[in-house]
Amino acid sequence: MKKGTKYALILGAIPFITLVFALPLVNRIKPVILGLPFLLFWILSWVLLTPLILFAAYTLERRINKSEKGDED
Amino acid sequence: MNTALLIIFGVIVISSIVGITAGRNLKMNLENWTVGGRRFGIILIWLLMAGEIYTTFTFLGASGWAYSKGAPAFYILIYGALAYTLSFFILPKLWKVGKKHGLHTQPDFFIHRYNSRGLGILVALIGVFSIVPYLQLQLQGLGFIVKVASNGTIRSETAIFISFVLTCAFVYTSGLRGAAWVSVIKDVLMIAAVFVVGFGVPLIYFGSYSRMFEVLIQKMPQHLVFPGAAPHMDVWWVMSTILLTSLGFYMWPHVFGSAFSAKSDQVIKRNAIIMPFYQIPILLIFMVGFTAVLVIPGLENGDLAFLSLVNQTYPSWFMGFVGAAGAVTAMVPAAILVLFASTLLSKNVYKAGFDPHAGDEKVMRLSRVMVIVIMTLSLLFALFLTEDLVNLLILGYDGVCQFFPGVVLGLFWKKVTKSGVLAGLLSGVALVIVLILSGNDPVLGLNAGFVGLILNMMVTVSLSLLKKETPERKTSRT
Repeated sequence: MKKGTKYALILGAIPFITLVFALPLVNRIKPVILGLPFLLFWILSWVLLTPLILFAAYTLERRINKSEKGDED
Repeated sequence: MNTALLIIFGVIVISSIVGITAGRNLKMNLENWTVGGRRFGIILIWLLMAGEIYTTFTFLGASGWAYSKGAPAFYILIYGALAYTLSFFILPKLWKVGKKHGLHTQPDFFIHRYNSRGLGILVALIGVFSIVPYLQLQLQGLGFIVKVASNGTIRSETAIFISFVLTCAFVYTSGLRGAAWVSVIKDVLMIAAVFVVGFGVPLIYFGSYSRMFEVLIQKMPQHLVFPGAAPHMDVWWVMSTILLTSLGFYMWPHVFGSAFSAKSDQVIKRNAIIMPFYQIPILLIFMVGFTAVLVIPGLENGDLAFLSLVNQTYPSWFMGFVGAAGAVTAMVPAAILVLFASTLLSKNVYKAGFDPHAGDEKVMRLSRVMVIVIMTLSLLFALFLTEDLVNLLILGYDGVCQFFPGVVLGLFWKKVTKSGVLAGLLSGVALVIVLILSGNDPVLGLNAGFVGLILNMMVTVSLSLLKKETPERKTSRT
C-alpha cells in the first residue's frame, strides 16, 4: 500500500471512531453546548467535521503519493 | 375538498404530466429508458442523487422517530456521513474495475469478479426483495400525507392507490428521465418545506432552539440520550444499526450503479468529500419531531408528527404545500427504485438466466411489465402489512448489506472465492430472515441485519481461506 493511502485510511477511521465506537462514552445530556444536549452536539460536530477530514485525506494522499514517485495506477 | 388537498392533488398531477411528457420526444429504447441515454448533465445527475437520498423516509420517518423514540433517531444523522467516508475509499476502485470491464449493474460486478452467472442472479433477486420494503415505505408515507391533509376525510388507502397509478404511469412511459425531471419539482418543494418548518416551528412555540431543548431536558431528559423512549434500542443497537446502514448504503442496487456513471475516480472522491453536508437538513427535521413531542404529545403514530404539527401551526394552503412536497418526495424515489428493480429482474435475472438471446426490445417490454408487478406487490404490503417507516428502511438494509463482503473483499482481497461469497451471502440472509420472523430483532441488543452480516463475513472469509478454487481464469486485477 502506498504511504499516502495509508495516511488517508487512518484519517478515514476518525469518523468511525468518533461516531460509532465513542458513542457509549458520550451518551449524556450535560454539558449543554450551544443549546444542544451533549450527545447531539457531539454527533453534529463530527458529522460536520467529516468533510474536512476527507478533504485532508484527499490532499494528503495526492501529495505524498505524488512525491513518492511511485508509478501512478 | 379543502385548499390543502387541492394543492396536493394539483402538484401530484402536474408532476405526473411533467414526468410523462419528459420522454415524449425521445425514441424510447432500453438505454434511454434505464440510464437516460448516459447523457445526463451534471445538474440532472445531482438532482437524481438528491432524489435518491431525500425520500419520504427523511421527511416523515426521521421526524417520526425523533418524536416517538428520541435519541435512537440520531443514527439517521450519522450513517450518511459514514457511508460517504466509506465511498471515498471503496468507490474509486469499483469505478476502475467497472470502466475496465464495461460493467453497469451490481450483478454485473458479481458475475465478472466471481465468474458466476448464478451468483449474479442471486444478487439481483436479493436486491429486488430489499427494494420492496423501501417502495412500500414511500407509498405508505404518501398515504399518511393525504390522510392528514384531508383531516381524515380521504382514506390513506385511496391516496396510496392514486399515487401508485400515477407513478406507474410516468415510469412506464418515461423511465429515468421522467424521474429526473419530476425530481426538480420535488427538490425545490422539499427543501423549502424542510427549511421553513424546521426553522419556524421551534421558534413559533419556544422562541429559540436552546429554549426548546431546555424545556425538553426538563420535561423528558431521557428522550435525548440512548435508548430514548425505546428500551430495546440502547447504545449497542444504535452502534450496530449505524454500521449496518453505513456499510449498506452503497450496496443498494440503485446507488451502487452511480459509481459506474461517474466521469472519473477523482470526481467520486471529491463528491464523497462534499456529500456529508447533505445531512444538515436532517437536523432540522429532528427539531420538528422534538417540538412536536412537547406540543402535541400522545400521537398514536409518530410518523404523523411532522404533518400534524404543520397542520396545527400553519394555514391550510401551507399544509397543502408541505403535503405536496411530501407526496412528490414519495413518488420520485419510488419511481427510481421500481425502475432499478424491474431492470434487475428483466435483464439480470430473465435475460442472464433464462433467455440469453433476448433482444433489447423484449427486455424492455418485460421491464415495463415488471414495473407494474413490483409496484403492485409494494402496494399490497403498504395496504395490508403496515409498518413503522424507519423499520421498513432498516428491513431493506438487512438485505442489501449482505452484499458488502462480496463487493469489498472482491475488490481488495485476491483470495476471496465464489463459493465463499455464495455461502456467506446465503447464510447471512438466512440468519436475518430467521431472526426477524422469530421475533428476535434486536438479538442480544444488536441489530439482526448486523448479526447476519457478521456471520456472512466470517463464512466468506473462512471458506475462501479453506478451499482454494482452481483458477479457471485469472481474476482481473487493476
